[in-house]
Amino acid sequence: MIRATEMNLRAVQDGLFRALSIVILALAFVTFPVVMAARADVDIQEVTSEKGITAWLVEDYTVPIINIRFSFAGGSVQEPEGKEGLANLMTGLFDEGAGDLESAAFQERMDDAGGELSFSASRDVIHGSIRMLAEDREEVLDLLRLALTEPRFDDAPFERIRAQILTGIQSRERDPDHQGRQAFARALFGDHPYGRSDEGTSDTLAALTPQDVRGLHERLFARSNLNVAVVGAIDAGTLGEVLDDVFGDLPEEADLAEIEPVEPELAQEVAFEFALPQSTLQLVFPGLARDDDEFFAAFLMNHILGGGSFSSRLFNEVREARGLTYGIGSWLRTDDYSNSLNISTSTRSDRVEEAIEVIEAEIARMIAEGPTDEELADAKRYLIGAYAINNLDTSSSVARTLVELQRNELGIDYIARREELINAVTRDQAHAAARRLLTADPAVLVIGPARTSTAEPG
Amino acid sequence: MMSIELPKLLGAALLAGALLMPSVQASETEEPSYRPEVVDFTLDNGLEVVVIPDRRAPVVTHMLWYRVGSADEDFGRSGYAHFVEHLLFKATENHDVGEFSRRVAEVGGRENAFTSYDFTGYFQQVAPAQLQTMMEFEADRMVNLALTDEVVLPELQVVIEERVQRIDNNPSAMLGEAINATLYQHHPYGIPIIGWMHEIEEMNLEGAKEFYRRFYGPNNAVLIVAGDVDPDEVRTMAEASYGQVPPNDAIVERQRVQEPPQAAARTVTLRDERVGTPSVSMYWLVPSYSMAEPGQAEALDLLAAVVGDGVRSRLHQSLIVDQGIAASAGAFYRGTSLDTTNFVLYGTPRGEASVEDVEEALLAELGRIIDEGVTERELEAVKRRFLRSTIFARDSQSGMARMFGASLTTGSSVEDVLDWPDRLREVTPEDVQEAARRHLMDGPAVTGYLLPSEQEPS
Repeated sequence: MIRATEMNLRAVQDGLFRALSIVILALAFVTFPVVMAARADVDIQEVTSEKGITAWLVEDYTVPIINIRFSFAGGSVQEPEGKEGLANLMTGLFDEGAGDLESAAFQERMDDAGGELSFSASRDVIHGSIRMLAEDREEVLDLLRLALTEPRFDDAPFERIRAQILTGIQSRERDPDHQGRQAFARALFGDHPYGRSDEGTSDTLAALTPQDVRGLHERLFARSNLNVAVVGAIDAGTLGEVLDDVFGDLPEEADLAEIEPVEPELAQEVAFEFALPQSTLQLVFPGLARDDDEFFAAFLMNHILGGGSFSSRLFNEVREARGLTYGIGSWLRTDDYSNSLNISTSTRSDRVEEAIEVIEAEIARMIAEGPTDEELADAKRYLIGAYAINNLDTSSSVARTLVELQRNELGIDYIARREELINAVTRDQAHAAARRLLTADPAVLVIGPARTSTAEPG
Repeated sequence: MMSIELPKLLGAALLAGALLMPSVQASETEEPSYRPEVVDFTLDNGLEVVVIPDRRAPVVTHMLWYRVGSADEDFGRSGYAHFVEHLLFKATENHDVGEFSRRVAEVGGRENAFTSYDFTGYFQQVAPAQLQTMMEFEADRMVNLALTDEVVLPELQVVIEERVQRIDNNPSAMLGEAINATLYQHHPYGIPIIGWMHEIEEMNLEGAKEFYRRFYGPNNAVLIVAGDVDPDEVRTMAEASYGQVPPNDAIVERQRVQEPPQAAARTVTLRDERVGTPSVSMYWLVPSYSMAEPGQAEALDLLAAVVGDGVRSRLHQSLIVDQGIAASAGAFYRGTSLDTTNFVLYGTPRGEASVEDVEEALLAELGRIIDEGVTERELEAVKRRFLRSTIFARDSQSGMARMFGASLTTGSSVEDVLDWPDRLREVTPEDVQEAARRHLMDGPAVTGYLLPSEQEPS
């Protein structure tokens, strides 16, 4: 999965929103008076229950609701070989019956009680979340406890959910974009679990059994790999009791397989040929870990290169100056077992060469010169100010952010420290990060028609 | 819940149909104290202002909505509403190109813009101290845009790439476009928001200027300010900025052509080699909130939820669980629309079932409601879910702003939005049955099929 905390993909994936434009002017507006950004002040309490379960809490009674988000480390990477798709299938079954309640009874009870429950599996982690009105808390959370600790995994819902997923897999079997990305993952990661399909294949799904799901649930749903964040109308004392009620019956230790880190295989091109009017491009460079000392230098450099959705160099050169694309962006991907810097765009199929040349020229310029002082200052201001708006704007996004901070072991004071970490980065450090990450020959994915040598000149 | 994708048709329908449409319209609960504090007033020049205080975080959402969308374009000149939206990010008489966006980025703000059939909107999320500046920039580009070919021509290429990315590279979006064009035989909702490609290619500087002069002005706009603000201060700031812009005499009330009665049912089929599994969707023309008789739109909203929203819905229980013939099935009603809107059923077969089996079963479930009505219990469950969602909605400052903006630019008033929960409570099972009889008895106006390339029609 891609961590949500420090990423910006908006330019590539927003809805019918247009991506905006910025042309950096040489004689820019550096004389603005004091520029006030939104301050990211969040009062986070650490709550530890009697049984030793810890959660981060943001108490807030403005709207009478409670949001709870939790994660269990170990997603699809923990699937035994040949059982690809198991984690995703499992997450479809937590509202399909628990304890004495069969599927329909459980769903009716949850809806009548007023809870909205969801689960998802990514490569590294299983996420769950639930929200409710504060007045509905007791019954909703009792049902959550049941779902987490006594899921039924009955045959009928198992077969149904599997058939639904199979239909989804079949529906994407001829989608060039999906197939191209799958082929790219295999090329980048080979036999490592990251090279597999999260949702599995028709063959692996057909071989799964409810017993497999029970096995994975027993291995992954434990207290040792659990992170919890709670936002809303609940106090610390009550939350302590809730934590024991909901999560206290889970086994103490998860049974996680050791997964080796993996470097993506660079210096290769994967061409998924298909007659499309617009081609998709992706470039993968080396990355760095979230706890790397140079992380923020790379983060700022990436923002200037292609992370700032409407203000980056790539956006200006590929979209604004040449009209080659609707969206282009770059981001640092920091997964549990691999890191990379990725660039993604789509462009007219007859101008793919030109787009690649422009991207390569911007990379070369960043390696040669690094960012300017002004770009660095702008990026710092933006990234400091935008944090609250992008990561803390609703209860559910606060809860999501707090779980990610815990997963990344960034500390409960991270939000307060973050500004300092960003401001400490020098131009030389950002330049060094560019040389470290961008000098490598990248892996390139092109989904589109076969390229000819008659590309238009750039 | 799990990673089964929404049917692609639904995605296409939503894209083609409406952006930022709240699935639920308003905001209040049983307890009056939950009613959001909303202040609205109108400036002398005709600008409507709505202030929604939310003091949880030092963030403000500033949105300016114009009562102009793609359905207001002249026949044969599709694409201008969306194109002008892009061009509002270019230079004005007072600010260089990119200056506004740069200012937003510098304070860590978030900004974007969007276009739909009935409205065009622009927004920024910033710290409250920046609100006055945002208003000054936004008021400036309301009338002072200074367009030249130098910025218009590359932007036209960007819009062309946007169209290819959204529509031409995506079979379900291509079908959605064809369905709309077929559903509306006369009304401009049949023309894509982004425009037909051959007309996009003909857009130019003069056309953009003409559109801008004709539709932009304070007396054709609604200002929504949500967040950490004081309504009196917002009024003072709005008067100092927007209040200085004279009304536009060219603005006239929107009177679009209306659909004639439709006697013939139509079928639209798209076969594409990128499609892996077939799907079907059925469209009825029905009244929107702004045109429906009292209670009718509310009844259609509730009907859509009973029929096809979530795991307790008729379609889920019948087609997916009991009969086991569908991987997905659902219904929706897009009530937030100025003119005649649509009610949609959709489904994707699974296993041995055919797309015709699913189509038949969808119609059978609707027929059961037309004949026998809905139960008190299922209607109450849906009402509770809707009312709950109005409280959850208050957790999102930008969501509240969008809800009011979309409603106020499609013929509803602030009071309509605030009273929606009360009107919802009054709907009886008989009302829902009557709405189904009255609007859906005749069978769909258009049935759309998305099929793999080799699949023959039955």
